[in-house]
Amino acid sequence: MLDIMALFRAMPASVAQGVIWGIMAIGVYITFKILDFADLTVDGSLALGGSVAVMLILHGMPPGVVLVFSTLAGLAAGLATGILNTILGIPDILAGILTQIALYSINMNVMGKSNAAVSIDNYKLVVSLRHINQSIAVALIFLAAIIVILYWYFGTEHGMTIRATGCNEAMARAQGINTNSAKIVGLALSNALVGLSGGLIAQYQGNSDVNMGRGAIVIGLAAVIIGDVIGEALLGKHLNFAGRLTFAAIGAVIYYLVITFVLWLGFPSQDMKLFSAIVVAIFLAVPYLRGKSVSSFKKAAKKGAEE
Amino acid sequence: MLEIKNIYKTFNKGTINEKKALNGVSLTLEDGDFCTVIGGNGAGKSTMLNAVAGVWPVDSGRIVLDGIDITGLPEHKRAPYLGRVFQDPMTGTAATMQIDENLALAMRRGSRRGLRWGITKEERKKYAEALKEFDLGLENRLETKVGTLSGGQRQALTLLMATMKKPKLLLLDEHTAALDPKTAKTVLDLSDKIIAESKLTAMMVTHNMRDAIAHGNRLIMMNEGKIILDIKGEEKKKLTVEDLLQKFEEISGEEFSNDKALLSNN
Repeated sequence: MLDIMALFRAMPASVAQGVIWGIMAIGVYITFKILDFADLTVDGSLALGGSVAVMLILHGMPPGVVLVFSTLAGLAAGLATGILNTILGIPDILAGILTQIALYSINMNVMGKSNAAVSIDNYKLVVSLRHINQSIAVALIFLAAIIVILYWYFGTEHGMTIRATGCNEAMARAQGINTNSAKIVGLALSNALVGLSGGLIAQYQGNSDVNMGRGAIVIGLAAVIIGDVIGEALLGKHLNFAGRLTFAAIGAVIYYLVITFVLWLGFPSQDMKLFSAIVVAIFLAVPYLRGKSVSSFKKAAKKGAEE
Repeated sequence: MLEIKNIYKTFNKGTINEKKALNGVSLTLEDGDFCTVIGGNGAGKSTMLNAVAGVWPVDSGRIVLDGIDITGLPEHKRAPYLGRVFQDPMTGTAATMQIDENLALAMRRGSRRGLRWGITKEERKKYAEALKEFDLGLENRLETKVGTLSGGQRQALTLLMATMKKPKLLLLDEHTAALDPKTAKTVLDLSDKIIAESKLTAMMVTHNMRDAIAHGNRLIMMNEGKIILDIKGEEKKKLTVEDLLQKFEEISGEEFSNDKALLSNN
């Protein structure tokens, strides 16, 4: 017997999680959508942000200030991937994987073990699953500030170089843009947000774990894609850049609501990553298949046979 | 003034695919020269333009533009001096960005890009006026994404982007080859007009011998990575396609093997 009240009770926590992960989704939006770079650093930089946050809190730093360092740590991870890709010529996916793997060791070293806990009882954490409403409010403030800053930045001359690089490198270079540094800046910015998100997630759940970022890129992509589809459907042509960022975050909230719903239906939690992967695969495949339904070899053969 | 001094470029050196693309190319363009470049496939026409643009470094030789030695500069550091239009209409513009944003990116070629707004209101007005002269109906569509424009419109826009901020040298790399004949003519006429009005120094690669003869004050022909013919002034004005074909055979000892150039002559 499914208890509908249990579902409702679980929803605020899903929203809180979604908003916090939404910050990471915006980071993924920068690389995946703006820079056209499939950046797998995310899995490592999220855990890095979390590990740095927990360790610094345990060393007595105020949990709010700690987030600055989570952000900077993520930024450094993005720099590493950027340098591997541009200066050392390693293809984007591989560059991200290398950083991600390296970060596994780094995160182990940061924590000295595979996980570390901070309790809301001993520290004034910025967000916590014990105070869900307050956590949602705090995360929303972060989110709003980030969207405003990014909206401004990508409208500036410098931000436009990153958009141009992601869209057409040959054109960007012909217009005097250093595409290598544009990529490095984009990756650093993206992973800085992922690091910040990791710092918040660790505080929210009261611990950091070397594996906390596993599959984060898939969640990020799911959020970006779900947000995109819904944004386009609701606003269509009026969807501007700030709207797109907002919908990436909304995508993350929807993702967590769906996960909560699926868990409530009784699916085992170990299957959630499988479920996420399938959802992302479907969303990524739909535009391709839609194109195919218009024109394909199979169709051409069928038509030829009819004549 | 552009001085190309004895440049060499070999691709895939030491492999089975080794290709000597440029074999000692030297060329001096005076200010205001509009030089057309013809030659068969693989003659080194586009390669020469790419060498000037800095798409990759040359093996030897020097490239000097208005007294500045640009041989050692990477592509984006040469860009301030150059305007470029490419063969593929997709290459010259950013499809997911708006028309005015593309123009704003081009307008800042060579300036430091900081945290000021990437595009201002006054600029938009200026862009609308510039586009109006092009007569493409784009002046009221500044916020349209470039990806929705036709190939000809995109080439015209690229041309405007290349020339709005006056370059020391305009490089046109078969920029009408991918367009239908009517659009090609429009874009070519537009190029002529801009080069004349702004007194630009320009190089235009083309497959079409007639275009090469009809445009510009100078014509060079390339073969096997070398300039084999350089015609200017009065001599160029009297030139015919037959002359060119004959000269090519005399110098290279082979028939001009470019179907496209021959066909467009018929």
